[in-house]
Amino acid sequence: MTSTPIKQTVRVSVNGKPYTAEVPTYRTLVDFLRYDLGLTGTKETCSVGVCGACTVILDGKMVSSCLTLAVRADGAEIGTIEGVANGDQLHPVQQAFIDNGGFQCGACTPGQIMAAKTLLEENAHPTEDEIKQFMMGNLCRCTGYYQIIDSIKAAAEQK
Amino acid sequence: MNDFAFHTPSSLKEAAELLAQYDGDARVMSGGTALMLLLKQSLVNPDHIISLHRVPEARSIEVSDGVLHIGGLVTQREMELSPVVREATPLLANAYSRVATVRIRNAATVGGGLAQADPAMDPPSSLLVLNASVKVTSASGERIIPIADWYSDYYETTINEDEIVTELLVPVQPTDMAWTYIKYLPRTEDDYATVSVAALGKAENGKISEVRVGLGAVSSTALRASDLEAALLGADASFDVLKDASQAVADIVDPTSDPRGSADYKRDMSVVFARRALQQVLNVEG
Ligand SMILES: Cc1cc2nc3c(=O)[nH]c(=O)nc-3n(C[C@H](O)[C@H](O)[C@H](O)COP(=O)(O)OP(=O)(O)OC[C@H]3O[C@@H](n4cnc5c(N)ncnc54)[C@H](O)[C@@H]3O)c2cc1C
Repeated sequence: MTSTPIKQTVRVSVNGKPYTAEVPTYRTLVDFLRYDLGLTGTKETCSVGVCGACTVILDGKMVSSCLTLAVRADGAEIGTIEGVANGDQLHPVQQAFIDNGGFQCGACTPGQIMAAKTLLEENAHPTEDEIKQFMMGNLCRCTGYYQIIDSIKAAAEQK
Repeated sequence: MNDFAFHTPSSLKEAAELLAQYDGDARVMSGGTALMLLLKQSLVNPDHIISLHRVPEARSIEVSDGVLHIGGLVTQREMELSPVVREATPLLANAYSRVATVRIRNAATVGGGLAQADPAMDPPSSLLVLNASVKVTSASGERIIPIADWYSDYYETTINEDEIVTELLVPVQPTDMAWTYIKYLPRTEDDYATVSVAALGKAENGKISEVRVGLGAVSSTALRASDLEAALLGADASFDVLKDASQAVADIVDPTSDPRGSADYKRDMSVVFARRALQQVLNVEG
């Protein structure tokens, strides 16, 4: 990193709210969310796109925010874990993770919830196999995979 | 990561002109899924990044005159889900569906994958057996490169620094041949293959009348097993024939030892999975 980084202004909408910040071009989207915007719900764990903890929605698509530059997101609409609940009212997927033990140490949970919510938006009643295929990119080191699958099934049943 | 200027051209022409202007000091970014890792490790340190995310061209998928045309900016998730790709080249749709995870496929593009040219990737072996070709565009024109001449070494292709992958061309898959793509994953489902095999085949009256075999993850590039194919033409579609012939694969692979397996193990497994792929496409029981 050079001492005088090249900076660019990034204007985004996060969970429907506009934000503007000037950041170095090399800033990743996950760092931008966490350190420039103070939205620390999104976690960074592996930093190489494998674990899914940093999963966000970029213009309607689920992506790894550790593999996305903040400047690439200029002008985009971003969805993060902070936008999932409606005020104090948890989203059915969040409630299902609590009720079924899908929420364990919490490091992977924001990414799990973002992915599970995306899955159920694309496929309201997935089979167990479809859940496994879709969620395969979200790792849980507590290895609570069965509870996560149970949580998603429970959330789907409520639909 | 090093410092760089970030450019967002709004057409292919503008992107190609920027690439020519910064002559060797720029990198194109499509999905960024591979380039971000290279940047994070300082394996590449360009002064300019030319992001293609605002380029409207090279995003269509269509069949014309028996050839599937796929824009370089089409995502790998679209390749998996597109009804046009599934119908025209089911083998290729399947190969792209096995790349990484939904989240990576949502960002990763066809052009980015072709340029990255990691021999352990899923699509190359299928592209080889489907006789695909790659269209590249620069400020001074375009050219089409047969896939057999595309991959040149680990992470290397015959693209020039001022060129952008703008299209993948794939002849429609013959409907009278059975196909398979086997991705051998002894560790986890989201891993790169330890060995992968793509095959197409047809047997008539118990004789092999057409067969194509591609191998991934076992050499510096994906390989077409041409000698094996030639040896099988006209032969009996039987287990013993396939088992003997598949041994030839051991001589053409040149795997490296890594956490996905030792070189010897991968060599053995390429023989085993080539034979299994042949059994599947020629409908031969073991
Ligand atoms: C966690 C993870 C798991 C993975 N697992 C698999 C797997 O199981 N199987 C598999 O096949 N692959 C796997 N991959 C690799 C993946 O296929 C590549 O990262 C992807 O194909 C790159 O496409 P991209 O659009 O993101 O390219 P980018 O990252 O944008 O670019 C990659 C390279 O290509 C150049 N480039 C990009 N676009 C173009 C273009 N249009 N023309 C010319 N040059 C261009 C860039 O300058 C760069 O050098 C995995 C990747 C990750 C991060």
